Amino acid sequence: MSETVLDVRDLEAGYEPGVPIVRGASITVAKGEIVVVLGPNGAGKSSFIKAIAGLVPITSGTVFLDGKDITAAPAHTMVRLGLAFVPQTENIFPLMSVEDNLRVACGILERREIPARIEEMYAAFPDLVRQRRTAAGNLSGGQRQMLAVARALIVHPKVLVLDEPSAGLSPKFVSMVFEMLAGIRKSGVTILLVEQNAKAALAIGDRAYVLVEGKDRHEGIASELWNDPVVAELYLGQRPSQAGKGGTV
Amino acid sequence: MSLQFVVDGLLTGSMIGLGAIGVTLTYSILRFSNFAHGDFMAWGTYATLAVVGAIGATFGKVAPIAPFSFGWPLIVALVVGMAFTALLALLLDKVLFSRLRSQGQAIIVVMASFGASMALRSLLEFTFTSRPTYFSRAIQIAMPVGFGIRITPDQIALLLLTAVLVLGVHLLMTRTQTGRSMQALSQNAALARVVGIDVGSVVRVTWVIGGALACVAGVMIGILVQIRPFMGFDMLLPMFAAAILGGIGSIPGAVLGGLIIGLAEAGAVQLIGAEWRAAVSFIILMAVLFVRPIGVFGVRER
Repeated sequence: MSETVLDVRDLEAGYEPGVPIVRGASITVAKGEIVVVLGPNGAGKSSFIKAIAGLVPITSGTVFLDGKDITAAPAHTMVRLGLAFVPQTENIFPLMSVEDNLRVACGILERREIPARIEEMYAAFPDLVRQRRTAAGNLSGGQRQMLAVARALIVHPKVLVLDEPSAGLSPKFVSMVFEMLAGIRKSGVTILLVEQNAKAALAIGDRAYVLVEGKDRHEGIASELWNDPVVAELYLGQRPSQAGKGGTV
Repeated sequence: MSLQFVVDGLLTGSMIGLGAIGVTLTYSILRFSNFAHGDFMAWGTYATLAVVGAIGATFGKVAPIAPFSFGWPLIVALVVGMAFTALLALLLDKVLFSRLRSQGQAIIVVMASFGASMALRSLLEFTFTSRPTYFSRAIQIAMPVGFGIRITPDQIALLLLTAVLVLGVHLLMTRTQTGRSMQALSQNAALARVVGIDVGSVVRVTWVIGGALACVAGVMIGILVQIRPFMGFDMLLPMFAAAILGGIGSIPGAVLGGLIIGLAEAGAVQLIGAEWRAAVSFIILMAVLFVRPIGVFGVRER
C-alpha cells in the first residue's frame, strides 16, 4: 500500500453536542487514489465530509493529513494545510466573475504565481475561458461545478474533497463531471468524494466505503462493490440508490 | 429658480454617501443594520475636534491654509480621528456585536446596536454638552462660478475628498484580494471559509473602513454645518435610505443613493419649502423601490 494522505479515525461529529450525526467513522485515502464514500440517504455522508473540512464540529476522533493532525484546524486554514473542499451546492460566488472566483481562492499562493496559475486552470477547463468575465451565477450547472473544482485545484491541494459533485445535474453533466474527476486523478491529484450516484462514482473510484448511520460499515475495491451483496443489503435491500440514473459511465 | 441647490445637494449627498458606505458594508458583510453608525460619525467628529484643540494648545494658533477655513491641524486631526473611530468600531464589535453575532440571531444584534447608539450619544452629551460647536467660526466668502451658483473653497475641497475616498474604496473592493474577500464573505460566508478566507480579519477590515469613513462624513458636517452629539443620529435615516436606494452591498450604489437623496432634499427646499425636506427623500426611496425593489445597483441573488 502506498503512502497515506488522509487518515480519518473513529470520527464523531455533529452540529449539536450530544447529538452525533457521524458516529465513529474511519477511512484512509492513499496518494493518487480516488476514494468514494457511499451510503443511503441520511447516513451522515455529507456531515462526515464536512467535518473533515472543518465545517461540522468534531466531538471525538482524529483527522490526519500527510501525518499531521488537522482535527481541530479551522475551516479557513484547510487550503493552507493541503485540503481543498468542494461543497455540494452553492459552491461558487454567484455575483463575482469567473476570474474573480478563481482569484479569491489564491490567498495562499505567491502573488507572482497567481496569473500563471489562473491560466493553467483555464487550460485545464477550457469552457471557463470564454466566460472569464461572466458573473459565475450565469453559468450552467456543469460549468459551475467545473469552476468550483478549478477553484479548489488552484491552490495545489494534497487532497481534493468533494461533496456529491453530481447532485442536481442533468445526466449529460453528470457524466461530464465524472470524466473530469477521472482526468484530474490522472494528473496526480488525490480525491475523496461522497456520492449518491453509486454506479457512476464506483466506475471512476479505486476503493469505496459504505457509510450507514454515521459509521463505516463496509469497505472494498470500487469495481467489485457494485455487485457486492453486502452493499445491496446495507442499502436496505435495494440496489444503491439512483443506480443507473447517472447515465453513461 | 437658482441652481444653487445642486451644490448644496451634492454636499449633503457626499456626507450621506460616505456614511452610507459603512452602513451598506456592515449590512452586506455582517448582516445587520448598525444603528450606531451615525454615532460613529459624531464620535469621530468630537475626537477630531479634541485633537485640533490639543494641537492648538501645544503649538499655539496655527493660521489656516488659504483659501480654506482650516489649517494643517485639522488635516492631522482628521487622520487621528479616522483611526480613533475605526478603533471604536472594532472595540464595540469585540465587546458587543461579535458575541451576539455568534448566537446567530440578527435582530438581537440590531437591537444591541440601537442600545449602543443611545449609550454613545449620551456619553457625548455628558462630556461635551448638547450645545453646538464649530471647527472654525471664520466666515468664508462663496465664489460665484456661474449659473447663479456660489461655492466656498472648503466645499470644493470636501467634494474632491469625497470623490477620492469613494474611488479608493471602490478600487479596494474590486481590485484587491481584501476587497474580493469582502465580496465573497457577503455572498456566501461558509464558502468564503472553504476557500481560505479568515472571516475574522475581513470583519475587522469592514469595521475599519466603515468607521474611518463615518469619521470623514462627520467632520464634513462639522466643517459645513455644526458639531452636535445628535449630528450622526440625525443622518441615520438618510444613510439607510441611500444604502437601500443604491442597492445593499454596492459601494457606488451607496454613494449614488446619497447624492440622489441629497439633491432631492436640496431641490425640495427650494421648490416646495423646507418642511418637505425629509419627506421628499423618502418618497423618492419608495418610488425607486416600487419600480426596482433591489435598489439601483442591487443584484438579485441567483
